[in-house]
Amino acid sequence: MGATHLIADRVRGLGRLPRGNRSPRQPQTPADRRAELVLGALAAAVLLLIAGMVVFVIQKAWPSFSDNGLTWFGAKGEVDAQMTEIFNSPADPDNYVYSIGAWPLVYSTFLITGLAVICATGFSLLTAMFMVEFAPGWLQRRLEPVIRLLAAVPSVIYGLIGILVIVPFIGNHIVSDEMKESVRFVIQLDGTSLMVATLILTVMITPIMVAIIVDALRAVPKGWSDGALALGVNRWRALWTVSVRAARPAIVAAGVLASARALGEAIMLSMVSGSVGFAPNPLDGLTFFFEPSRPLAATIVDNADGLSVQPFGETLYAFAAVLLVSAGGLSFAGWFIRRRLRRFSLSPT
Amino acid sequence: MSTVAELPPPSGPPAGPPATAFAEDPAFETAWRTRDRIGVAASWFCGLALIAVAAAILIYMLIQGIKFVNLDVLTEHPKSSLDQSKSGGFLDPIIGTFMLTVLGIAIAAPVGVGIAVWLTEYGRPAPLARAVESGIEIVAGTPSIVLAIFGLLVFSQGLFSALSFTAEGGAVFGRSFFTAGAMMSVIALPLVVGATREALLAIPVHVREASYALGKDKAATIRRVLLPAARSGIGTGASLGMGRIAGDTAIVVILLGASLRLEAENDVPILGNLRGTGSTLTSYVYNNSPVGEGNAPEKAYAAAFVLLLVVIALNFAIDLISRRRKTAWTT
Repeated sequence: MGATHLIADRVRGLGRLPRGNRSPRQPQTPADRRAELVLGALAAAVLLLIAGMVVFVIQKAWPSFSDNGLTWFGAKGEVDAQMTEIFNSPADPDNYVYSIGAWPLVYSTFLITGLAVICATGFSLLTAMFMVEFAPGWLQRRLEPVIRLLAAVPSVIYGLIGILVIVPFIGNHIVSDEMKESVRFVIQLDGTSLMVATLILTVMITPIMVAIIVDALRAVPKGWSDGALALGVNRWRALWTVSVRAARPAIVAAGVLASARALGEAIMLSMVSGSVGFAPNPLDGLTFFFEPSRPLAATIVDNADGLSVQPFGETLYAFAAVLLVSAGGLSFAGWFIRRRLRRFSLSPT
Repeated sequence: MSTVAELPPPSGPPAGPPATAFAEDPAFETAWRTRDRIGVAASWFCGLALIAVAAAILIYMLIQGIKFVNLDVLTEHPKSSLDQSKSGGFLDPIIGTFMLTVLGIAIAAPVGVGIAVWLTEYGRPAPLARAVESGIEIVAGTPSIVLAIFGLLVFSQGLFSALSFTAEGGAVFGRSFFTAGAMMSVIALPLVVGATREALLAIPVHVREASYALGKDKAATIRRVLLPAARSGIGTGASLGMGRIAGDTAIVVILLGASLRLEAENDVPILGNLRGTGSTLTSYVYNNSPVGEGNAPEKAYAAAFVLLLVVIALNFAIDLISRRRKTAWTT
């Protein structure tokens, strides 16, 4: 057990082992009962925390949602201008301004998350296959620390390297003057872009995905791929058609977990994504990837100073509520997939 | 599949060892098609690229670290100055990281171990156990920025005024080492629970039964047998949690106040500091990056290097701890 589950546990720290190790029921002493109560209360406190979080955040966010209705999620012109207006709204509670169309921020969140997860899925699947099958033994042993290291690097360091190295490089060498000229009236291109955000986010979520997929590939019974090899297919085909196929649910689960991580990434994205409430336009062709944007989580960090201004703070809590609900939805999706996995007895981690 | 059908019928004479027969059969699909070759090449490329990325980050940070870290930046207090050469060092953020990490893990470790013990050893009623299990996962998936502003909301209530600074009008500031540490413990919690639980589950049932047979009750068994046996798992979880705490920025930016120096709330030596505000290495890096107010890249690089060293050291600690874990239970 231990050996096959090592990597994901270390990277993600959430090992899930089969139950059935429960000790037999036996008569309880008073000390037992006390221990059970105290520990049970601690465990129940976790649920209380989640309930408190949902209730508090949504309650605080409610004025923003109720004032805008469904147009909260719509596009209503410049979101940054609206946020400034909310920030400067009169101090009289009756005249608070709440009008916002947060579409550019929501769109940016899902765009960056989606692109990064798509890139990372392909990249980490191939890396995991390399680790399990093709890498020579000495390299295999080197790869595990590499993955743990990449998983442990704090996001602020990724952000720092992004803004000081990659952003200037993209801004000075990749983004041509024609590109800047073509969108001059809409947005300024300086290197902080969808592309850098996606690139760094991909590097950040790859370790988690690799760890889970490697564990799943190693958990595929050796006989299955041996059987394929005995039928005479080459190593790649045996791996691709048997092991990867058997590990498919784990790949989906890895993608779900990685999306949760990507969704909530605030600091790195606030540093490299451009900090403009702008919705990148796919119709701009290649320039699309070099347009800045700002996801929800980064918006909260960027504007944390305004939390004490009531209507502005409530708008920020509305962003947090959207993130919270999305993260909860992803947790639920992960749980659902894992439940399906148990049927194939190839549960990830 | 078709190859199987085209094999010579079993009635034919066996031509040497089967392996060569298979290999020499032209219908046999051992051939590497171009697609397969591309696949293997892509797989090699991705694996090596990942190593290259990790190596590039390490080497780059090492170069920047050697360039900008010196004794002065490690021992001086930060000063606010527009000039990088005059803005002091980051002694306070280093102390801040240390305080916050210790505080966070001091809350997360006992709570996390307690929850893990309850989940593995008691777990009744079963629906509650399942709910707690899922709850831990939800906590693990919650963005830390959401936890941060939730913490701000909670700790600004009058009830928690003892934990932070209270302004003249009675408004509770809600930002202090205590409040940031409390929220940090929440992000470390799933890691501690996960590792402890794995260690507890790895202990076979008969070990527990042996303890019961000696007349110990369950509470004593947990304390005297199970927890000592799960020590290395707990250590691993705690180190992972500390790494997560040391590397988190969002909670620090929002819940620790924006002061670069440690601002004690009153003169009581340690409590005053814990109630006061400050900064950590992560928030120092953030503030000194081009997006922050400081904009002193040299200082940011130096602090980021120290932070990276802390994280790598914690990773080594995990390795050391788990290398010692060699309790081979006979089943």
